[in-house]
Amino acid sequence: MTFLTNIHRLLRVLLWQPQSAIGTLLVAFFFFLALFGGQLAPYPNANDQSHDARVSPTLDIGSLQLGAHPFGTDRLGRDVYSRVILGANSIFRIAGLGTVISVVLGSALGMAMGYRGDWLDELLGRVIDALLAIPALLLALVMVGIIRNLDFQINSWQAALADEVTLLVIAILYIPVVARVARSAALDIKTREFVAAAEIRGESSAFIIFREILPSAIPALVVEASLRFSYAIFLVASLGFLGFGAPPPSPDWGLMVNENRGGFYRLTPWALEFPALAIALLVIGVNLMSDGIRRAVQKGGA
Amino acid sequence: MTQLTPLNPPDRSGGGNGARLLDVRGLGVSYRMGRRWLRALREFNLQLDAGQVVGIVGESGSGKSTAALALMHYLSANGRIDGGDLRFLGEDMLAMGAADLRRLWARHIKLVPQNAGAALNPSIKVGRQVAEALKAAEGIEGAKADQQVIASFRAVNLVDPAQVAERYPHELSGGMQQRVAIAMALMCQPDLLILDEPTTGLDVTTEAVILDLLRSLISGQGAGVLYITHNLGVVAQLCQRVVVLYAGEIMEEAPVAQLFARPRHPYTLGLLSSLPKAGQRKAHSRLQTIPGNPPDLRSVGQGCVYVERCPLAIEMCRAQKPPLEEVEPGRLARCFRWQDVDAFSGESPSRPDGSPLGRMASSGDSSPRPDGGGEGGQSGESPPRPDGSPLGRMASSGDSSPRPDGGTEGDILNAEGLTKHFPVPRDLVDLLRGRKPWPIRAVDGVDLRLRQGQTLGLVGESGSGKTTLARIIIGLEARSGGRLELFGADIQGGLRARQQDLLSQVQMVFQNPQNSLNPYRSVRQTLCRPLVKLRGLSAKSAEDQAVQLLEAVNLRADYADRYPDELSGGEKQRVAIARAFASQPSLVICDEPVSALDVSVQSAVLNLLADLQDEHGSACLFISHNLSVVGYLADVIAVMYLGQIVEIASADALFRAPSHPYTEALLAAIPTPDPSQRSQRILLADDLPSAQNLPSGCRFHTRCPRNIGEICGRDAPPWRETGAGQGIRCHIPLDELAGATPPPAPPRQDEEGM
Ligand SMILES: Nc1ncnc2c1ncn2[C@@H]1O[C@H](COP(=O)(O)OP(=O)(O)O)[C@@H](O)[C@H]1O
Ligand code: SF4
Ligand code: SF4
Ligand SMILES: [Mg+2]
Repeated sequence: MTFLTNIHRLLRVLLWQPQSAIGTLLVAFFFFLALFGGQLAPYPNANDQSHDARVSPTLDIGSLQLGAHPFGTDRLGRDVYSRVILGANSIFRIAGLGTVISVVLGSALGMAMGYRGDWLDELLGRVIDALLAIPALLLALVMVGIIRNLDFQINSWQAALADEVTLLVIAILYIPVVARVARSAALDIKTREFVAAAEIRGESSAFIIFREILPSAIPALVVEASLRFSYAIFLVASLGFLGFGAPPPSPDWGLMVNENRGGFYRLTPWALEFPALAIALLVIGVNLMSDGIRRAVQKGGA
Repeated sequence: MTQLTPLNPPDRSGGGNGARLLDVRGLGVSYRMGRRWLRALREFNLQLDAGQVVGIVGESGSGKSTAALALMHYLSANGRIDGGDLRFLGEDMLAMGAADLRRLWARHIKLVPQNAGAALNPSIKVGRQVAEALKAAEGIEGAKADQQVIASFRAVNLVDPAQVAERYPHELSGGMQQRVAIAMALMCQPDLLILDEPTTGLDVTTEAVILDLLRSLISGQGAGVLYITHNLGVVAQLCQRVVVLYAGEIMEEAPVAQLFARPRHPYTLGLLSSLPKAGQRKAHSRLQTIPGNPPDLRSVGQGCVYVERCPLAIEMCRAQKPPLEEVEPGRLARCFRWQDVDAFSGESPSRPDGSPLGRMASSGDSSPRPDGGGEGGQSGESPPRPDGSPLGRMASSGDSSPRPDGGTEGDILNAEGLTKHFPVPRDLVDLLRGRKPWPIRAVDGVDLRLRQGQTLGLVGESGSGKTTLARIIIGLEARSGGRLELFGADIQGGLRARQQDLLSQVQMVFQNPQNSLNPYRSVRQTLCRPLVKLRGLSAKSAEDQAVQLLEAVNLRADYADRYPDELSGGEKQRVAIARAFASQPSLVICDEPVSALDVSVQSAVLNLLADLQDEHGSACLFISHNLSVVGYLADVIAVMYLGQIVEIASADALFRAPSHPYTEALLAAIPTPDPSQRSQRILLADDLPSAQNLPSGCRFHTRCPRNIGEICGRDAPPWRETGAGQGIRCHIPLDELAGATPPPAPPRQDEEGM
């Protein structure tokens, strides 16, 4: 019943089913890279161009030998293996933080809306519905475009924000989505009688929202958070690929795929294939895991 | 009246040669729970002939539904049959293949599942659904099928069947959904009909209609019926034989009259004696209870399953399992001491303090009913309220009667003209036509008074506005009109405007134990919060106090660390009661606190409420649709119909001679747990009208069995009071109401064999 036993139970259920176990292990693997990429990468400077350019991958799967450049080097002589490892950090940081921010703020907003259920809720609900009608990628591109084109003074806080534009976009994009889920959960939970019991005790709205309603909404929010995270990963990669994400020369996977397209692909196919493979594996892993979380939570009936 | 043709005689060629309709011996069922098997049903026996109605009673979790499904050889995926013999018309059902079973289910054995509403497909019109079933069973399609569907709806007394067929399940009331499910099952004229709690959760009035319907359908079709319920009253009214199930085993099986007259098993005895008897009042005697809880099926040992709760248990009961033996011809019991049960069934214990409670309005209770007290009737005006009469101080009055102006000091609650109209949002049609829909008039001019220590019972069908009234009083709902005084102070604004002191003075116990506790809070946290918040205790002393509260509701101190999902329904309700009494309130509002509980637990919770209330001197507004429960607890009873109070009377007066036609109907609808008194029923036609579209004149006139004609449909009846403080809202003069006897019940056809 406590939070820890819930996590424990969730993990057990996740690892029990083969699909979600694979997903969870994949995500865990990339998360490990994100944390310790700096130590693991043979060349921790992502823009280290000191190698021969266009070296083919030295990885030998049969003998498990890595060689000097397991994934080869790109046309500028950067070690693709190191760059893929280093790239894990940014995608996790941006998608993860963006998800956390959107889930925290979206939940608070949605819960408050659902609990109050008055004209403000009505109004915000309409705004949210309108926002959600616009395709996410389009909205993201517009927002990035606007923020990028603002004139900021160097070192001002606005400039710092602009550097984190992808993170910001994810947070803003997903707040309404999460809010809608939280709102409908709150609408349901607030009709339960323990909420009425809290009201006739004279509890404050904040107490009722966060202490009475929120715990029962957490299963739904956990499912939504995992879903948001998997979309966020995909969105970060897409934005990077479209050139709206991290600027060169950062080791962003999407950006790496973009930079090695077209004519370059014929020269150094590995410089595109390995980051693309990383994206694919992570997206698959996150999806399998969030699917498993959904099933685990629904089965637990919590 | 039924359109369904009688059943083919059950001696089908090829089937049995005069074999029993259903013959079950030694059937066992287990469910897989993780790595182990839970033996949910053990050594189940049942013999059922065509035309017979057998009841299965037991508490929730005793295996009733499991038995029902097992008899169809239709178990959930994690279930298995452990062994035994199951024969339908002599054919071995356990040996049958899937195709044969499906043929059997489509045509010969029909189940009306518990909560039939949920079993209907929400996205298909009910008429369509029943037609599908008909097609599956008999291959009838098209116009002919539609005709039969309508006919079957008419057979189950659905008003305007053609129109009902066009509706979706959610557009029907619970009672109508249930009738559709029954129509669907009866449609194919099954040989065996299994009904799993078909009336649980329905109003008594609706239940009465459905029971009556079942009776006539059963006798018309000659099918064998297995009726599953936890309501002993229903069994007494409907069944010929009863099987009492406990923890997955049959405790007793007997013809219904004998079972009720002389139970041969301590558990049956316990169940029967825990029902409040007619006229039993909390002032005189406590309700009998069955202590403890049913055993955990995982840990059922070799002994008697009832041993932990049995007052007759002896050493041997622990060591050995009693056999199900024939104690009299046609009667089975599973108890070593069945001979001693008779001697044990003594009188019910009296309340600990022995004396009737001094604070009770007992003078009103014992006064004789007004005989020709016609003053009220002649003028249409109420007589002056007799001072000193306890009831005079809290009676209700309608719009047409003068406002009482007696002193209000000492009143805990004083409400006048309380009203709650819920606005209905406009739909598109309304918008286009520029009209505003009528509001739902949930509570419509209610006057109530409640004095210190008094218990006011509020009864009425669901939808009559009881809960809304309670929520207005406690502040959960803003009123749209009227005056509300609590403890002599005028109340304005919502809950947020109420002072802490007032909040702690008024508390509430809710209906649904499943929802009334926060699942993420331990019992300790649940109880400490009001102590800290409302009584201002420190965290430390709150913890001590919480343990005392637990003791007060008869729960062990170690329950403090449990979470709601580790509690049974009754235990949850005890915790909820402890929470309500934590702030030492002067007024406790109880909204159907025991309706969701099993009979064996109900009485203990009612005793507890009576004790706590007694101890704290709290007043209580007790809401229930169960008149016998209200009759036990309440000093005064108010009967509510469509937002109005139609009668107020002392509990004794109300039961002795109910006067308002609606009260009469409610009383008559209670299924008496006494097979010798198959009641003369007053059946109310239809369902409660919509509170959005109230009938003109007397709101009850569309269903009133004593409707006196034009005036009832035209003029709102006056509120009239008798000298004894009884108040009634009806056009029929009081003396006539008091003198009249209810109309005779429709003749019944199925009494033989009893
Ligand atoms: N599908 C199931 N899986 C596991 N246990 C079940 C299942 N259905 C019922 N049970 C258990 O079997 C016992 C009998 O349940 P049930 O037949 O539903 O009793 P009742 O109808 O009297 O409420 C209970 O302990 C219940 O928890
Ligand atoms: S066998 Fe023993 S424990 Fe079981 S019901 Fe009979 S007397 Fe009670
Ligand atoms: S006023 Fe008429 S319709 Fe209403 S309860 Fe009395 S007799 Fe029935
Ligand atoms: Mg059941």
